[in-house]
Amino acid sequence: MEMSKHNTDAELEVKKSTVLNSGWSAKARSDAFDRIAKSGLPTARDEYWKYTNPKTLTNKIVEKASLVTEHESDIFKSVRPLKIVFVDGKFSPEKSDKLMLSGLSIERLDTIKKLDLHWAKELYGRYEKLGQLSVSRPLAAYNTAYANEGLIIHVTDRVERPINIIYEHENEYSDVILHHVIKIDSNAELTLLESGAAAARLNQVLEVEVNEDAKFNHIRVLGRDHERRAATHIFGELSRCSIFKSFTLTVNGILTRNECFLNIAGDDAMAHISGACVGDGDFHHDDTVFVTHDAVGSESRQVFKKVLRNGATGVFQGKILVKPDAQKTDGYQISQSLLLDDDSQFLAKPELEIYADDVACSHGSTSGAIDEDALFYLTSRGISKPVAIDMLTMAFLAEAVDEIDNDNLKDVILELLSGWLERRR
Amino acid sequence: MEAGDTLQVKDGVDQETIDAVKEVSTYKYGWDTDIEMEYAPKGVNEDIVKLISEKNLEPEWMTNWRLEALERWKKMTEPKWAMVDYPEIDFQDQYYYARPKSMVEKPKSLDEVDPKLLATYEKLGIPLKEQMILAGVEGQADKPDGERKVAVDAVFDSVSVGTTFKSELKKAGVIFCSISEAIKEHPELVKKYLGSVVPVSDNFYATLNSAVFSDGSFVYIPPGVKCPMELSTYFRINAENTGQFERTLIIADKGSYVSYLEGCTAPKRDTAQLHAAVVEIVVEEDAEVKYSTVQNWFPGDENGNGGIYNFVTKRADCRGDRAKVMWTQVETGSAVTWKYPSCILRGDESQGEFYSIAIANNHQQADTGTKMLHLGKNTKSRIVSKGISAGVAQNTYRGQVNMHPRAKNSRNYTQCDSLLIGDKCGAHTVPYIEVKNNSSRVEHEATTSKVDDDQLFYCRQRGMGEEEAVALVVNGFCKDVLQALPMEFAMEAQQLVAISLEGSVG
Repeated sequence: MEMSKHNTDAELEVKKSTVLNSGWSAKARSDAFDRIAKSGLPTARDEYWKYTNPKTLTNKIVEKASLVTEHESDIFKSVRPLKIVFVDGKFSPEKSDKLMLSGLSIERLDTIKKLDLHWAKELYGRYEKLGQLSVSRPLAAYNTAYANEGLIIHVTDRVERPINIIYEHENEYSDVILHHVIKIDSNAELTLLESGAAAARLNQVLEVEVNEDAKFNHIRVLGRDHERRAATHIFGELSRCSIFKSFTLTVNGILTRNECFLNIAGDDAMAHISGACVGDGDFHHDDTVFVTHDAVGSESRQVFKKVLRNGATGVFQGKILVKPDAQKTDGYQISQSLLLDDDSQFLAKPELEIYADDVACSHGSTSGAIDEDALFYLTSRGISKPVAIDMLTMAFLAEAVDEIDNDNLKDVILELLSGWLERRR
Repeated sequence: MEAGDTLQVKDGVDQETIDAVKEVSTYKYGWDTDIEMEYAPKGVNEDIVKLISEKNLEPEWMTNWRLEALERWKKMTEPKWAMVDYPEIDFQDQYYYARPKSMVEKPKSLDEVDPKLLATYEKLGIPLKEQMILAGVEGQADKPDGERKVAVDAVFDSVSVGTTFKSELKKAGVIFCSISEAIKEHPELVKKYLGSVVPVSDNFYATLNSAVFSDGSFVYIPPGVKCPMELSTYFRINAENTGQFERTLIIADKGSYVSYLEGCTAPKRDTAQLHAAVVEIVVEEDAEVKYSTVQNWFPGDENGNGGIYNFVTKRADCRGDRAKVMWTQVETGSAVTWKYPSCILRGDESQGEFYSIAIANNHQQADTGTKMLHLGKNTKSRIVSKGISAGVAQNTYRGQVNMHPRAKNSRNYTQCDSLLIGDKCGAHTVPYIEVKNNSSRVEHEATTSKVDDDQLFYCRQRGMGEEEAVALVVNGFCKDVLQALPMEFAMEAQQLVAISLEGSVG
């Protein structure tokens, strides 16, 4: 890709001078700048963006995103999390709890970025950079170069109380970049909950280092504001015997691109990534997942379910890469869509790239309509057709939601899903 | 394949066995025939294209068609998206035209035929009567043969050297001849269909082929005719530094049926050779075409020297309702394979099937798969792909299934399985699934695994050698595809599977 083809007036500007003078993160930002300078911003012609047009994510001008009245601020209240609130990308001390919890330290990028030294220097941009080896992800590099806000969390113990980052959206034209870094020490554990629409346009990076025997639980509900656009990235590295679990629910959203790049670097580690989405009308949702197995005896699962109607589009690009010495790898990937009408579409590219022989890897992908026999069975027993369709839809989504271990959190998700279906009956 | 020299002598294995293994584990068709050849100068340009056209005594419209393709090709760049890695090809350092000198004038009897050409066919296992016909002995083509019912067209380097069973086919109304002959004798058919399935500027290699194809086969099955025998084309690259660019055009008119077999071999050379073919199939209403390939081009030696670079564009267009096409391929040869036989399911209720075995051993690289484009209502497609990697080979399945919004109630089932033998090779799957209506069902399944230790142990325990055991397990793995091949081909393919894997274990 040459730079020239991206330098149209309408695109985001990339200027190196603005990323310098930023304390401990200067080097990481400068490197990230070089990465974008080399790759350019993504275009619809890139193979990696085959099914999702990145134009509104790279345009200089942010499209308007109307606000919705219902907020998702309190959806996780049943598990009494520590609340950290960002309003259009700005931290809100009034709405947030005190940033203190036993077993971890929480800092904000905004307050520490001028420091000369910080432990996060080793991590900030590191896994994002690693994620660029297989394919360039310019939006993530852009984020590393320019992010001013985000949470820097160091987990040193098993933390029982979850952290809930709540993203509120109050400005119809907000353009937000957030960059979180989480380091989980050996034997430590963290549950991170995210909810809310965040901005008219969000570019988010979450870098997670999961050390030996540590566990990271992640459940995310992307906001309900329909006209919002979001490009989110998770970059994670797993050490020996560590566990990484991430689930994302997406209801609404004119454009969502969720990328997840995990590197399994330690033996016997386990990574589960899952997602459920329900979309209506001009909904476009893209899950792009890349799991690298670079250790012996590791396991990965990718489970993605999409329910689409009235012209909604669902995209899944998934890849399992098994490196030459990653023997005894167990890789599984399933992506399924339920198309509730004839206008919706499902586009998938589920890939396997395998260089080790003693592995069991499989993937499956299906697409189809509601099973007429099952529908007939339910309606013949006196259930109205819309209710029967909802029941079958929930059954279809169950496999992805079942990836959540915590029953309370699972119930929260199921409630959100059935609420969405009911409202749109 | 390093069997032989490096083979460890185990208890109970005698020298005879070692020699036998050594013999079969080498590429069987690796000899070349020292025949006097007539070459056009190296490189591709307008003069060469005109020369090829002139040598084939082509009419002006054909020459212009080629020249137009050449113009377009000059503006195109080589595709780089496939997972294959090979040194830059110098397209100007190839011979684009070579033909045996003895073919310049047709020989009158077998005595006049270059004995070396005859020996070539003998080595390839083609019976004498067919050898005579293939060697171009006049009059032989009309003598019927009661035993074998396979009509053969052979393409030696760039030129079709003969077609058998012409008269019997003619009685049925079937036209089976070389494409150069068809251009002269059936211009109306060629004009109508050539380039209508694979357009001139479809892709880099297809466009190059359109400019420089020297020969190939042409088949026309008239309405309602079931072709009385299987048709077969045999391709061989013999001369050094020549590229082979054959073009096959098959037209199955309404309600007709044909089964077509294709085989290919090439001599062992240290330098890589280029092969860029185009196959176009037109399937009209209610017609059915079976196209089977056993591709056994020279795969290069065990160190990755030489071999054929195989860049092939194959496509079938089911134009009428209820048209049916079935691709079956056994890909064991070539250093680099780039091949995606596709089906355009345009007619309502049309069907496309793709069965493939791709074996890559040593330094071979295969990137192969299919495209199923569902355009008509109630269309069906099935993809069964079995990839086997051994040595340091890379094997990729790349496929696309597209359900157009208009293709209501369509159905696709895809299964692609990969088997890895050894820890230095790679197996990859790159499917594209695009569903644009909800009444269609698409299912895709893929697995990757290694040869099951329990199965091997079972075979070994019953006295089988390790390689024999692996071959048996692999044949079992490929069973679904082997069963889709015509009988004689299936036997050959089964042996080929075993030979291709010799030296891959131990």
